[in-house]
Amino acid sequence: MTMLVKQPGLLSLLQDSGRFGAHQIGLTNGGPLDQQAYAWANRLLGNQPNACAIEVSFGGLQLQTQVDTYIAVTGAPMALTIDGIEHDLWTAHKVTAGAHINLDFCQQGARAYLAVAGGFQTPIEFGSRSTVVRENIGGLQQGAKLMDNDRLACAETRTMASFTLPAAQRPTYTDHTELRVVLGYQHDLFSPTKQALFFSSTYTLTDRADRMGMRLSGPDVSCDTTSMLSEGICYGAIQIPADGQPIVLLNDRQTIGGYPKIGSVISQDTARLAQLRPGDTVTFKAVDLHQAQNIYALAAYRFQHTPLEAISE
Amino acid sequence: MRIEIASENSFIIYFNDQIAADTTAQISACAGILRQSMGPLLVDLVPSYASLLVIYHLHIGDHYQAKQLIKQALAQIQDAAISQGKLVHLPVYYSEESGPDLPHLAAAAKLSVADTIALHHSCHYQVYAIGFAPGFAYLGEVDERLAAPRKATPRLKVPKGAVAIADRQTAVYPSQSPGGWNLIGLCPTPMFNAEQEPPMPVNVGDQIKFEPISRAEFLQQGGNEQLLLESSL
Repeated sequence: MTMLVKQPGLLSLLQDSGRFGAHQIGLTNGGPLDQQAYAWANRLLGNQPNACAIEVSFGGLQLQTQVDTYIAVTGAPMALTIDGIEHDLWTAHKVTAGAHINLDFCQQGARAYLAVAGGFQTPIEFGSRSTVVRENIGGLQQGAKLMDNDRLACAETRTMASFTLPAAQRPTYTDHTELRVVLGYQHDLFSPTKQALFFSSTYTLTDRADRMGMRLSGPDVSCDTTSMLSEGICYGAIQIPADGQPIVLLNDRQTIGGYPKIGSVISQDTARLAQLRPGDTVTFKAVDLHQAQNIYALAAYRFQHTPLEAISE
Repeated sequence: MRIEIASENSFIIYFNDQIAADTTAQISACAGILRQSMGPLLVDLVPSYASLLVIYHLHIGDHYQAKQLIKQALAQIQDAAISQGKLVHLPVYYSEESGPDLPHLAAAAKLSVADTIALHHSCHYQVYAIGFAPGFAYLGEVDERLAAPRKATPRLKVPKGAVAIADRQTAVYPSQSPGGWNLIGLCPTPMFNAEQEPPMPVNVGDQIKFEPISRAEFLQQGGNEQLLLESSL
């Protein structure tokens, strides 16, 4: 029981919620860049929250299912067709063995998630199915991105109720976003002037933006400290190298490094950052730890309590 | 010791502002206590030279709980006996063939190549941190005379097993990768094997002793000609 990859597109990766507890041997997290879209895809299918889905960057994925099951696509608006007929995103759809599933390239946003009922049953390494290309870990084998003729194991699901996320609840993807930041690490090494400049300036996403981190360009906010002992880098950390240009470190970041960090973007906002394209812009806003944890708790509550709409196909 | 905020769900504990062997032991002890005391609240720990990053689950608890447990752990290590890590021997084929930066390091140190090699394997190194790539262990400290800055232009391909120096740190590259460190030899022992339990021969806090081996021994112990060729590039 598999889905066959006919065309992998630009970059399509198997991702579950990520690899945790292996930092001490140098393994990073991996996992979905847009955790919110990924979470909705699994919820629409009644999956476990960490079920393995496909993260599709910019589009171009073509699959042929060899099993009767259900799929849902969430995230960046890539036109979804099943056997040539356009289908709605943010919705569970039945697919029957032999059906061709195509995701077109998107004009807005960057990442979509294609989930299948029960999740893709691919190999588990260090407790996770997530692909980290740089580490040769996860995916079908040795951290490989999806390739032509890959066969992705998944279970048969003959019938289940179909749901959609009401349009009003679906995120929209724009070319500018505000990123909320918890000050931390070496923030006190940055002068009050540089901190004020950082929080009042607009930064542009460069083309050096990938799963490791997003390099931004804008006003120079370097601090005077150039040499420091390497230390653990958390998800969302904003590293400021000597050139003063911020890098927001994401899922595939290296686990330790020695550049000064002004703070960390909160997890609710990294999802929107991951949907930006080179040339798009961000601003930063400071929040304190209490606010950040409240934002997290509210978002978790809202995710659990937003009702899905039943649909008939 | 200072506890600082790193992100919405992590603290970083600074034990020292410089590298010291007893700091590494304290960090290992603290990590051990937190693994027990935090239970499901703990997501992950990243020990490094003088700090420990503690990441916790926001759907299990909040920063008050996490900080409280960190404070308790720090109070416990003050009087806990600090245990030494194990001693691990790693064979190294040192030569100009396997370590193309040896002549340059020797010249900078005003030593012969043979003395440069001897200086590198004559002492024990501490594993201070693991990161950068799976299985990449940061070892220190190298004799001051061998301290060489990273190359201005990093190599695109440093071969698997390359033994290298950057400033007063030394390491064995666990897999082929780009890298700016100075290459002095090749180690045939795999530093990371995803199929094996444990996947790494060393942990933070362990001691490493490099043992010089010949070209023939290198090939016998799993090294190959391809790695030698890649080293010389």
